[in-house]
Amino acid sequence: MNIPADLKYTTDHEWIKIEGDIATIGITDYAQGELGDVVFVELPKTGDVFTKGEVAATIEAVKTVADLFLPLSGIIEAVNTALDDTSELINQDAYGAGWILKIKISDPSELNGYMSAGDYAASIS
Amino acid sequence: MKPTAFNAIHKALNAKMVAFAGYEMPIQYEGILAEHERVRNHAGLFDVSHMGEFWVSGPDALEFVEYATINNVGSLEKGQVQYSAMCIESGGIVDDLLIYRFADRFLLVVNASNLEKDFIHLSEIAREFDVQLENGSDSIALLAIQGPESKHILKKLTDANLDELKFYHFGIGKVNDVDLILSRTGYTGELGYELYHDPEHSEDLWQALMMAGEEYQLGPIGLGARDTLRLEMKFCLYGNDIDESTTPLEARLGWAMDLDHGDFLGRDAILKQKAEGVGRLLVAFEMQDRGLPRNGYNIYAGEDPVGLVTSGGQSPTLKKGIGLAYVNKPHHKIDTELQIDIRGKRLAIRIVKPPFIQKRTG
Repeated sequence: MNIPADLKYTTDHEWIKIEGDIATIGITDYAQGELGDVVFVELPKTGDVFTKGEVAATIEAVKTVADLFLPLSGIIEAVNTALDDTSELINQDAYGAGWILKIKISDPSELNGYMSAGDYAASIS
Repeated sequence: MKPTAFNAIHKALNAKMVAFAGYEMPIQYEGILAEHERVRNHAGLFDVSHMGEFWVSGPDALEFVEYATINNVGSLEKGQVQYSAMCIESGGIVDDLLIYRFADRFLLVVNASNLEKDFIHLSEIAREFDVQLENGSDSIALLAIQGPESKHILKKLTDANLDELKFYHFGIGKVNDVDLILSRTGYTGELGYELYHDPEHSEDLWQALMMAGEEYQLGPIGLGARDTLRLEMKFCLYGNDIDESTTPLEARLGWAMDLDHGDFLGRDAILKQKAEGVGRLLVAFEMQDRGLPRNGYNIYAGEDPVGLVTSGGQSPTLKKGIGLAYVNKPHHKIDTELQIDIRGKRLAIRIVKPPFIQKRTG
């Protein structure tokens, strides 16, 4: 199971990468494996404002649909438009080309409590 | 949760296993899309041993099956298979099934999820007939090989004349030196065969077919791709598209029903519905906008709710969302544009003529 050490993880199987006040968010390798082939991702728009816990994107796999609950409040800085035509990037490269969105964080304290790679690995084993 | 005779094989292949109708079944091996494309372009092997098999014999066997099912069973020749359904008195569908006519008996193949219900239903009807009804499900395993290369693969392991075996016909033949029921049927819309056999031979049969199929890119296929393959053909799935609250007329199974040849359970209600007119019909539709329809989503004509999705998802072949839905008349017509509610958004759909892609059963 691929779980990069430099990311934070949520109990909803999302990963968070922090660079300054920008957080890049995607779903974990474990999550994409459970979902199966991703065939469509409904993305928010740049500039949309979200509060932590709101649904910012929806990931449609062949058999199931999963909501992406935003783990942090803020403004959408960018979305991965490559997913429009190649949603399988989430299956192929969950932590890289399969990223879903970037958000400008409004409250950095919300990061407290998310899991380290080690804790996340333990939570899914 | 019961294992099928192929359980150890699935686990050795690292299949993702799920509970389905009381059985532990593989939902996918390499991935639903890859498995789907393998069946459409090459060939796939399916463990469908969860299906139920009932034997019907005795002096009244034909009369019994005629009364219990909606199609014209008397028209079946020995060695022929018929798609049909069983109804309750209201005309609602108890199950859809395959009927195999042997020289002296019938084999009814029913859905795993309905096995116990069906057996009770048939046992009650059987009281009025001189028949023996036997549940043979535990002594029959079922392996399906489907796809354009399926005949080439099977030919390497059998002397049976596959070129003479017509669609929806069967014979007793040897495959890999084992006597089994070799049936040219399937749930994919492709050329294909189903092999009813003694579970004691299941593992050998699987390995022999996989080896024979290697040069044809044969691979194992799970229930996930089985569902996307059948959906592209608009084959009904019991529990989704048909159930006891839907009739054969509403489900548009009239092609598998004969209202003229004699009485069957549910016929009076269905005749009445036919005379009064059917209010809703099962239609096939395609998404016009990006999005995937799912079971339970509502369909609208403007502000009016006019339908309900029963099956839906991505068509791996068409690479867009497709679905089946019950839609009120007169919104059911081909090319009608309607809207589907997907998580609060109204997206455009269009009713299309099924199947979604061409059948290639040969």
